[in-house]
Amino acid sequence: MIRDQSKDAQMQDDDQNAGPYLPRNAASHPAALHPPYRSSRLRSPQAEPITFPSTPSEESGPVFTGDLLGPLDNDLLHNFGPDGQSAIGPRIIVHGRVQDQFGRPVAGALLEVWQANAGGRYRHAKEGYIAPLDPNFGGCGRVMTDTEGRYSFRTVMPGAYPWPNGPNDWRPAHIHFSVFGAGFAQRLITQMYFEGDPLIWRCPIVGAIDDKRAVERLIAPLDMDNTAPMDALAYRFDITLRGREQTLFENRMEGL
Amino acid sequence: MSKHPETASQTAGPYVHIGCTPNFAGLTGLYENDLGADMATDKAQGARITLSGRIFDGAGDLIHDALVEAWQADAAGRHAGQPGADPHFSGFGRCPCDAETGEFRFKTVKPGPVAWPQGGQQAPHITLWIVARGINIGLHTRVYFADEDVANAQDPVLAEIADNRAATLLARPQSAGDYRLDIHLQGPNETVFFAV
Repeated sequence: MIRDQSKDAQMQDDDQNAGPYLPRNAASHPAALHPPYRSSRLRSPQAEPITFPSTPSEESGPVFTGDLLGPLDNDLLHNFGPDGQSAIGPRIIVHGRVQDQFGRPVAGALLEVWQANAGGRYRHAKEGYIAPLDPNFGGCGRVMTDTEGRYSFRTVMPGAYPWPNGPNDWRPAHIHFSVFGAGFAQRLITQMYFEGDPLIWRCPIVGAIDDKRAVERLIAPLDMDNTAPMDALAYRFDITLRGREQTLFENRMEGL
Repeated sequence: MSKHPETASQTAGPYVHIGCTPNFAGLTGLYENDLGADMATDKAQGARITLSGRIFDGAGDLIHDALVEAWQADAAGRHAGQPGADPHFSGFGRCPCDAETGEFRFKTVKPGPVAWPQGGQQAPHITLWIVARGINIGLHTRVYFADEDVANAQDPVLAEIADNRAATLLARPQSAGDYRLDIHLQGPNETVFFAV
């Protein structure tokens, strides 16, 4: 029998994405209850979560297409103020790759980002910090990964800000990320931090993650190779989403 | 093949609305609509329902700053992206809790049964994912329908849960097509959460 090699490769690829999602490793994630982060005390479940292998309800996920995005959605420098006006603060490019646990690119992943302005002030009704708003900065953006799993957006470096937790707690500079992969089981919200920030290791929200290496993976290094000279510095933040068990050939041992 | 560790979760924080529902947060003019604001068009098949509820913390206090996402099959049990899925139904909803009442609300269709990979079917259900200040990793739960006794009795996920806790997942029908379910993050009435 003559094999169609390209079809075989396609089937193999499909099979590698066919099994249930790998179980989440609790050690790579923050504990639900981390008392130094005060808000977690009454908002953390006490019972163990119930587990079952993922089903179509978890393995499928919302479908977003590129026509969702406007031309400035990934440009927080310019997507809020009037035409020609730019946000105040250090200009940066944030970029990276979204992959699964087997290193395969996640194409078409929707990333939503939000952050404070350069002074650490959020544009939100509940925020009362004395640092002023920037009339040309909203702090909201979104971008979708390309076929290689790559994404990029422009923004300003957010400032640190104080928050009512301990008597003198300050959040490190950070950008919030909401990530949609292909399956709802991959749904993830996280925060990106910046290389060298001394506040990272003092923060009780970061401290909810026990594993030092897991924290280090949230810290984006300065990426001089991808700066825009005379324009913007760059930081690189790669994201890994859950992979699916490889049930290669499991259901058709015969005939292949 | 070597496995990479998954990126760690962090709390969505109190200002999640800026990024996920900017129109709700007053940042208008960026996006036409907030993502997930509409789950079904007028042409979607199936019975129209509303699912609403509130979220309480371990002290019994109402939570006002959570964001709830819903993911479900269409009326025939197919998910968006699968062959034959209803093109007028996205299956995805996103709703911030109301700043005053704390209520979340999804206008959707009643989902059909979804296949269970080992054979048979799951009872109709809607997956909810809850994030908020104080929640370090998004909480995954399911809503079942209290008026689906027969299907619920055969559901393989509900079968894993002690009877006294399974009730925390049952949305109760109110007036026609209105289902309600309150969620308790912690304590004696704690909602069942899943690690899937």
